Amino acid sequence: MSAAETTVKTITLNDLHINLGAKMMPFAGFNMPVRYSSDLDEHHTVRNAVGVFDVSHMGEFVVEGPHALDLIQRVTTNDASLLTDYKIQYSCMTNAEGGIVDDLLVYRFSAEQYLLVVNAGNIDKDWAWINQNNTNGATLRNLSDEWSLFAVQGPKAIEALQPLTNADLSAISYYTCVVDTLAGIPGVLISATGYTGAGGFELYVKNANALEVWNAIFAAGTPFGIKPIGLGARDTLRLEMGFCLYGNDITDTTSPLEAGLGWVTKFSKDFNAKPILEAQKIAGLTRKLVGFKLLERAIPRSHYPITDGAGNTIGEVTSGTQSPTLGYGIGMGYVTIEHSKPGSSIAIEIRGKQVPAEVVKLPFVTKAN
Amino acid sequence: MTLPASLKYTSDHEWLSLDGDIATIGITDFAQSELGDIVFVDINTVGSALKAEEVFGTVEAVKTVSDLFLPVSGTVLEVNADLEATPDNVNSDPYGKGWMIKLKVDNVADVDALLDAAAYEALVG
Repeated sequence: MSAAETTVKTITLNDLHINLGAKMMPFAGFNMPVRYSSDLDEHHTVRNAVGVFDVSHMGEFVVEGPHALDLIQRVTTNDASLLTDYKIQYSCMTNAEGGIVDDLLVYRFSAEQYLLVVNAGNIDKDWAWINQNNTNGATLRNLSDEWSLFAVQGPKAIEALQPLTNADLSAISYYTCVVDTLAGIPGVLISATGYTGAGGFELYVKNANALEVWNAIFAAGTPFGIKPIGLGARDTLRLEMGFCLYGNDITDTTSPLEAGLGWVTKFSKDFNAKPILEAQKIAGLTRKLVGFKLLERAIPRSHYPITDGAGNTIGEVTSGTQSPTLGYGIGMGYVTIEHSKPGSSIAIEIRGKQVPAEVVKLPFVTKAN
Repeated sequence: MTLPASLKYTSDHEWLSLDGDIATIGITDFAQSELGDIVFVDINTVGSALKAEEVFGTVEAVKTVSDLFLPVSGTVLEVNADLEATPDNVNSDPYGKGWMIKLKVDNVADVDALLDAAAYEALVG
């Protein structure tokens, strides 16, 4: 047993998940439900109906005060000055070398109050990095241990949740949020975000209200076939959308430009890694994160070599699976720039065999699928 | 978890049933349950003479890939072709429709050394 395993944290509803039959596994420092029944069934439940992930391991930092925006602008790549109240932005935190400290959501509640939602495995690192950069005295609060987070995802999410709140859920557009009473609990943050591409909401509640809200969601969702969904299906759902997973597809040593996150990297404002990323852009990238599909039956997995088909290594797979929706092998990985265009022929080395693959545009799955 | 008493087992979570010198081999109910949904069974060793403990194929679940280890030395005669289209048979019927290979066993006495149901249950219990 490693030290890490002996200090695994539990989320508030840990016992409930065990009683629901979840297979629990340590993930990002927390004991998390990975699967309740079947990864595939859970995946399709979210794509076609509605499912609930307990992602209470995620980290939440509140940034407040007259210098809140300054600080967020300095440590993140996207332009948070473009946010208005109750709008949300996807962004990256970068380090001094231009690598990605974390990817995160930035919520604005007012000109002097923001919420940063970060990956569980990076909470300590992010907290230290933000504090280190907090040179103008913004007020920082780490609420990660106080809040639970339920992602209610799928095309039936609005219908399932609407009876629980007076907020008009259909009026909350993607990447916006409201704070309202839900299931009788005042002050629930209802956010039209997620990591599945299936639509739905992320609900932030205080730990003390977690059980009551969870039970209300399931009571309301029963007519829609609502099910609890584990992290296994979360991974296949996000990969079908081409969403990056921190630690796999993006790390401290990959730049947002290489990762295809140029759309959240704004050189029109100042941030700590701006000079190095601008230089990278001018010099031209040497590698890029791409999506690919396999042209023969096989399943790509993280760390498999990517080759040019003639056995020359041109990169490495960072995420891979057999797409439950499409039924064939899909993945992402970094390849040399000359092989990064959609349509490029590449190969994935799987158990010594060169399996032909093609670089494709992301997402893998669109509404039309 | 079911563990038919008529079968032999390995610590790598395979099962084996013997008919003369022909063994049928698959993975145990415990193994399929740990792996989750099986989406691909990749076996390219038909015709190969392999030693015990050698890899005869791989089984891929949604989240994981696992090597398949030969319980005893022998020659792979046949792979369960139905698994190409319905790999989930390994989940739903691991000791029946989910069988993986037929093996001509080199030395039938090798099979006696494998675990019986009680010993395997003690291992995974």
